[in-house]
Amino acid sequence: MINIPWTMRIALRALRVNKMRSSLTMLGIIIGVGAVITMLAVGTGASEKIAQQISSMGSNLIMILPGSTTSGGIRMGAGTQPTLTLGDAEAIQRECPSVSSVAPVLNGTAQVVYGSLNWSTVVNGTTTEMLDVRDWPLAAGRSFTSDDIRNAAKVCILGRTVVNNLFGDADPIGQIIRIKKLPFTVVGILETKGQSPTGQDQDDVIYVPVTAAQKKLFGTAFPGMVRTIMVKAKSTDALESAEREITDLLRQRHHIGARQDNDFTVRNLTQMMQAAEQSSRVMTLLLGAIASVSLIVGGIGIMNIMLVSVTERTREIGIRMAVGAKTWDIRLQFLMEAVTLSLIGGIAGIILGITGSQVLSVLAEWPTIVSALSIVLAFCFSGLVGIFFGFYPAFKASLLSPIDALRYE
Amino acid sequence: MMLIQTKGVSKVYSLGDVDVHALRDVSLTIGKGEFVAIMGQSGSGKSTFMNIIGGLDRPTTGQYLLEGTDVAGLGRDELAGIRNRKIGFVFQGFNLLPRTSAIENVELPMLYGGIAARERRQRAFAALRTVGLEGREEHHPKQLSGGQQQRVAIARALVNDAPIILADEPTGNLDTKTSAEIMDIFVRLNRESEITIILVTHESDIAAYSKRVIRFLDGSVISDEPVGTS
Repeated sequence: MINIPWTMRIALRALRVNKMRSSLTMLGIIIGVGAVITMLAVGTGASEKIAQQISSMGSNLIMILPGSTTSGGIRMGAGTQPTLTLGDAEAIQRECPSVSSVAPVLNGTAQVVYGSLNWSTVVNGTTTEMLDVRDWPLAAGRSFTSDDIRNAAKVCILGRTVVNNLFGDADPIGQIIRIKKLPFTVVGILETKGQSPTGQDQDDVIYVPVTAAQKKLFGTAFPGMVRTIMVKAKSTDALESAEREITDLLRQRHHIGARQDNDFTVRNLTQMMQAAEQSSRVMTLLLGAIASVSLIVGGIGIMNIMLVSVTERTREIGIRMAVGAKTWDIRLQFLMEAVTLSLIGGIAGIILGITGSQVLSVLAEWPTIVSALSIVLAFCFSGLVGIFFGFYPAFKASLLSPIDALRYE
Repeated sequence: MMLIQTKGVSKVYSLGDVDVHALRDVSLTIGKGEFVAIMGQSGSGKSTFMNIIGGLDRPTTGQYLLEGTDVAGLGRDELAGIRNRKIGFVFQGFNLLPRTSAIENVELPMLYGGIAARERRQRAFAALRTVGLEGREEHHPKQLSGGQQQRVAIARALVNDAPIILADEPTGNLDTKTSAEIMDIFVRLNRESEITIILVTHESDIAAYSKRVIRFLDGSVISDEPVGTS
């Protein structure tokens, strides 16, 4: 009995009659949907970026820093006391069951030279495990061998930025560069990794065997000293137990009494980043929720205009009833008008939202991602707004008495 | 079985404390193929009677049998169905949908009757031809004269093959010549298609086209006689 395409045509015709009014009503929905999509795009872009940075950093990461010392009652900051050693790293690898790999780091900045070009960068003395801890594959060449580490061999692995600055397009493998005037042979090149969560260029780095860094580049006060130890736990669930095991082990190795403070700091990087990601998710939801308020305001606009429309067209309703329109014929007609308004507004709003996100990412350089889900969600939501706010006017229209409606002037 | 039969139909409107008796105990029968004029001054109850006959309104008390079934107790949608299939309305003010072509106006009852698009078109064309409006199918009400608009309304009343046409002051807005043309259409429909026509008017020269005149006064029938005898 109910003829959808025809009802649709009637609805479109009715909306065309009052073009200005229809477009203003739609504008509410357009802005609402556009705002929802843009806000979700900004939020999703931000969380996505953080997630990307987390995975670029390496997963399930724990960092151990040499601890604060107390000197004459004054507590110094973390890292002021060189307490971590290569031995600690080896012990963690050996004795902590929740740990998958351990890489000690002794780093410093150094001027590196190749031919006529030079570049200042961070030189990290470490072990082969570093690449595993950081989930960082080689683009070319090889990693360190255990002989390299044992012999403090003068070999190095270069990050992409260093390669670009020293070699340009030439192949660096097998070439010799000078780090602090000492010759190191390039054995490997790392894949591009991009920015760290704190905005540093992670590719601006050189890895050398930790022993070479200790003995030849950054001579240390204590034998075997390292600046930090990076640890990868076996899984996300193992992170906390790994933290506990490391703390217990290091306290024991460093002969720290029950009442004394640790002389090292264990940081769960992954957990910190996940917290950041979590909060950006919450932010996304919050932005979306605020934007959807404007969608509801748009819906109220539809309801308002539909009520006016029902009053204006009382006589038309009377005519339709006189020739046999049933309750639902009338109801559906007005409902369809409201839904048409909100859906056309929804489609235009989606286009506005996508454009808005593009503009934002170009002008403000925010990463934005318009997800398919947010489009589907916004479209369905605008349809629901139409049904919800269109129902009362349609209901009102359908309950008019045919005689009163026909006599309405 | 009579086409239309009312038994003691009354209609009371409550306006605050005052009850207005629009109809008092009206009992009438109208047979198939009759051409009846209902006359009376405004407020005499003739329009209320028409609305009840047409299924636009329900009596307060009494029975209204349409083709033997009691219509008084039907619900909104059942009454809508009756209006759709049994009754064609022609109003003084034409009551066509604005911004809608003549053919679409005529198709309207068939839409609510659930008739397929192709058949709708054909029957609407035929109905417009019957009232002499071929070639004006795509014209909108604004582009048509009063007489032409009333013809569209008559075509709309005809198109569902309703046995009854209710015309409420159909010539009230028309000049004498056009009124005569419209009345001729009613006469022809009554004679050739045996459609029962009930006409509300206060002009006796319009009532003269009918075969039977019923007069209302203060909600009651005061006379009911064939045309030409008085």
